[in-house]
Amino acid sequence: MSALAAPDAPPRWSERLRWTLSDASVIARTNLTHWVRNPAAVLNLTLYPIVMVVLFGYVLGSAMNVAGGGDYREFLMPGMFSQTMAMGVMTTMTVVSLQTARGVTDRYRSTPISRPGVVLGRAFADIVNSVLELLILLACGLVAGWSWHRGIGDALAAVGLLLLLRFALIWVGIYLGLALTPEAASAAWLPLLPLTMLANTFVSPALLPGWLGAIAEWNPLSATVATCRMLFGNPGWQGDSWAAEHALTLAIGWPLLITLVFLPLSARRYRRLGG
Amino acid sequence: MNSYSIVAEGLGKRFGDTTALDGFDLRVAGGSVCALLGPNGAGKTTAVRVLTTLARPHSGRALVAGFDVARRPAEVRRRIGLAGQEAAVDEILTGRENLEMWGRLHHLGAAAARRRAGELLERFGLAEAADRRVRHYSGGMRRRLDLAAAFIQAPRVLFLDEPTTGLDPRSRTEVWRTVRALADAGSTVLMTTQYLFEADQLARQIAVIDGGRVIADDTPERLKSLIGGDHLDLVVRDPARLGDAAAVLAGVAQAEPVADADARRLTAPVRDRVAALTTVVRELERRGIEVEDVSLRRPTLDEVFLSLTAEAAA
Repeated sequence: MSALAAPDAPPRWSERLRWTLSDASVIARTNLTHWVRNPAAVLNLTLYPIVMVVLFGYVLGSAMNVAGGGDYREFLMPGMFSQTMAMGVMTTMTVVSLQTARGVTDRYRSTPISRPGVVLGRAFADIVNSVLELLILLACGLVAGWSWHRGIGDALAAVGLLLLLRFALIWVGIYLGLALTPEAASAAWLPLLPLTMLANTFVSPALLPGWLGAIAEWNPLSATVATCRMLFGNPGWQGDSWAAEHALTLAIGWPLLITLVFLPLSARRYRRLGG
Repeated sequence: MNSYSIVAEGLGKRFGDTTALDGFDLRVAGGSVCALLGPNGAGKTTAVRVLTTLARPHSGRALVAGFDVARRPAEVRRRIGLAGQEAAVDEILTGRENLEMWGRLHHLGAAAARRRAGELLERFGLAEAADRRVRHYSGGMRRRLDLAAAFIQAPRVLFLDEPTTGLDPRSRTEVWRTVRALADAGSTVLMTTQYLFEADQLARQIAVIDGGRVIADDTPERLKSLIGGDHLDLVVRDPARLGDAAAVLAGVAQAEPVADADARRLTAPVRDRVAALTTVVRELERRGIEVEDVSLRRPTLDEVFLSLTAEAAA
């Protein structure tokens, strides 16, 4: 047999960084290959936004009013962008819990693979996936009569905020994926979906009963939605609570806080998997 | 000390109230195959997880390939391969892509990873299926691919956790052949199994584990002679003659025959298979005791345990 062994551990941090990036690119490419070769995932990606825009924009939207006036579909689309980013946590969670159940995570952990590399690769693949999802949804929105009105710079800033939210949720997804069985992970949309709707995504919190409205105002998703409405120049972003008035601060603050809490938690969980 | 690839001393591991390892001791010589034999829940998988740096022991210490698993896990990881109970293969990729991916993750570089993947596919008998997606592989092929992935960096020590669980007999034979080839290539192999027969096929050292500790550790031959080797079973036609038949069996057995009156069955360990069988059949015929069935079989794991735990209690 050939006496082939892994090269010696590099002493220099630059080498270690190179390995981390190389591992990350291998993991990301593998994940993207999965995705491209899985017709169900591709179909899901393109059909889901179309179905949602038709259902909420046209079926339910025909009976909807926007508090303060304006077109409902103009109001709706930033909500749908944010909801799609939030539901992206399901992708991360499902993949991580499947890999853990099938021993892939154990193999990662028992080899000299760079641990930050594994996570970076996962994060990169998820972000690429979400960018594609967002592009398709933006196109659907344009077809349905939605548009941005404040220039391309503000529109790109809104997209940036949406991806920031998705990035923060990667850590939640990894944490939950390591903690849950694949069965539990795939059932997680049940509590998750109402959480994404108990916000300003589909209706203005002002129209909700007081206590429910307060929860909706403070939902992290609401900050991103309200700020996106403002940056896109869509109706319905004004509110009079503290949370609504500081939407931009919260749209940056919430994802940072989520990352600060769940990044170390998921790293710790990964390290201690199996005791 | 250096001639051992695996040294475990007094390993202890708890999960909440459950004690998974309780003073686990084991030494495996470099280049040998050791089977860790025990029933579900005996602590086999926990032992493997501690030795492969996946779980930290609460007490004791372990050296794998000369490095402490708790203090120098990175060094250990560069010298081991692990194939768990589930084949950790990627169904959507082809066999070749799987191995190239693991090669890249072991920092072999693109060209070397490709070369290594080709080499391993050939060696593990997967060359023909190399460019098919793993989704279309049989159970045995998946396991072999998983073993190949564990073997990417030609590890000094290879850990196989129940490598044949859930496989049909043909696939199991394929995996056995592969494990033998790995051992011949110079790797130290620690495998877990629930089957004495499997341990006997592959290993020169069998460590029997129960309640999180090793209760016997020996060569298959000595272990089998310790527990009485083969068993002779016979079923008599007339329940009234059970006692007479037991007397005949006792004449050749190494231990008092065990009788199951309802099934009219007698069981006893025997040493010399053929001689014992011939003697018993001739004696039964001479005394006119009719039998419905006579058979020789290897001891079951239950019998190994009963025998070993009885020994420990005595």
